[in-house]
Amino acid sequence: MTQEQTDLTIANPKMSARDVKVFYGPKQAIKGVSIDVDMDHVTAFIGPSGCGKSTFLRTLNRMNDTVASARVEGEITLDGENIYAPTMDVVQLRARVGMVFQKPNPFPKSIYENIAYGPRIHGLAAGKADMDVIVEKSLRRAGLWDEVKDRLNDSGTALSGGQQQRLCIGRAIAVEPEVILMDEPCSALDPIATAKIEELIHELRGRYGIVIVTHNMQQAARVSQRTAFFHLGELVEYGVTSDIFTNPRQERTKDYITGRYG
Amino acid sequence: MAEHTIKAFDEEIDRLRGLIAEMGGRAEAAIENAMLALQRQDKVLAAQVVADDKRIDAIEAEVEKLVIQVIALRAPMANDLRDVIAALKIVSVVERIGDYAKNIAKRVPLIATNTRTLEPISLLPSMGQVAGEMVHDALNAFAARDADLALAVVKRDQVVDDFYNSVFRTLVTFMVENPKTISECAHLLFIAKNIERIGDHATNVAEMVYYAATGQTLPERERGADLQPED
Repeated sequence: MTQEQTDLTIANPKMSARDVKVFYGPKQAIKGVSIDVDMDHVTAFIGPSGCGKSTFLRTLNRMNDTVASARVEGEITLDGENIYAPTMDVVQLRARVGMVFQKPNPFPKSIYENIAYGPRIHGLAAGKADMDVIVEKSLRRAGLWDEVKDRLNDSGTALSGGQQQRLCIGRAIAVEPEVILMDEPCSALDPIATAKIEELIHELRGRYGIVIVTHNMQQAARVSQRTAFFHLGELVEYGVTSDIFTNPRQERTKDYITGRYG
Repeated sequence: MAEHTIKAFDEEIDRLRGLIAEMGGRAEAAIENAMLALQRQDKVLAAQVVADDKRIDAIEAEVEKLVIQVIALRAPMANDLRDVIAALKIVSVVERIGDYAKNIAKRVPLIATNTRTLEPISLLPSMGQVAGEMVHDALNAFAARDADLALAVVKRDQVVDDFYNSVFRTLVTFMVENPKTISECAHLLFIAKNIERIGDHATNVAEMVYYAATGQTLPERERGADLQPED
């Protein structure tokens, strides 16, 4: 492993991956990645297309389970508990480790229902009043409340792209997750909507562990405190974001972030 | 080093390096010519040094403009970022070096024509030569991203400081023995001080080059026992 020497191991990590390997059939997509995620630092995964950053992100809430040929080796723990253990409830896991995708994908339902859906199936609300509180709180945390409070019954798909993405973040927040995984959450958004999501990430830090995959290196530099550079399935370098962008240790990291890759 | 995917970025970086190389060459020539003018009492050459300083100032402005443009349009990262920031800082230092050379040249007409009566003047050219070489090497180190050459420049500053201390003592002794030359000797003292500052500035450039090349800052230098406090 060519990971750099700076020890960023966290004493009591929220999530911890150790020597994780992912195979799609005979092809190895991830080659032994170890990394910790905590609540205090936003972690950004960067790297060229096909480097494995999204694949690795998806191992953190077992989204790869849906790919028949995918096989995961190594250990990933959430609060010390192996998430690949047979006893792990995957539905519960994905509530605790939520995900936001590249394209906003609200349900074709009302704004209210988009948020209420998760808490309802997880039995988090005792009644209508309780649910109202959860919906307001989630939309507030997602920075969307003021824009939608007067039209909660409008369809979620009628919102702008940026609003839809914040609705999806609110939907993830509604089930009280501990970690939120974001897979290029701004790549379909304009710069203003992007700035709002980035500001939201800042506000959510500390309350949730946040991992973001991004193709936009400036975005990684702006929103994260830890950056991991993936290349050809390896974690080439993992470090403090300000170090990675001013003084990367690995030649491959340097070539990538300075625009000399390939 | 591998080229950027975006070729125009490489062209801008190359232009930046070219401007700094030219500026360094001009500063070095200014020091050399100022010392030559002093030795030969060549007022024409001295005036030329003063006039040429305008081009050094113009290059500084040009580099500043280019660096701001590169930062705004290219968002440089890592070694590229360190390079352009170093470039920005280096030109302001080289501009100061040019000013010191100009200041030396301006003193040439104020020193009495018969320099043979001023023995200490013979020490200054060697001192000026070392300082000029430091400027030359510091800027070569930037062009070549050569951290070792930058370190050598930093170490060499002690030679200039030792020269200065020696010139200072010699001039004071000379003035005591030849009170009539005090006015000229005072100018020589300032010239020596200017050269000493050029050495310090070349050292600063070398430290910036070291950082740009390696990403590490040099530890603070230990200072010799100078006769004069830092100004």
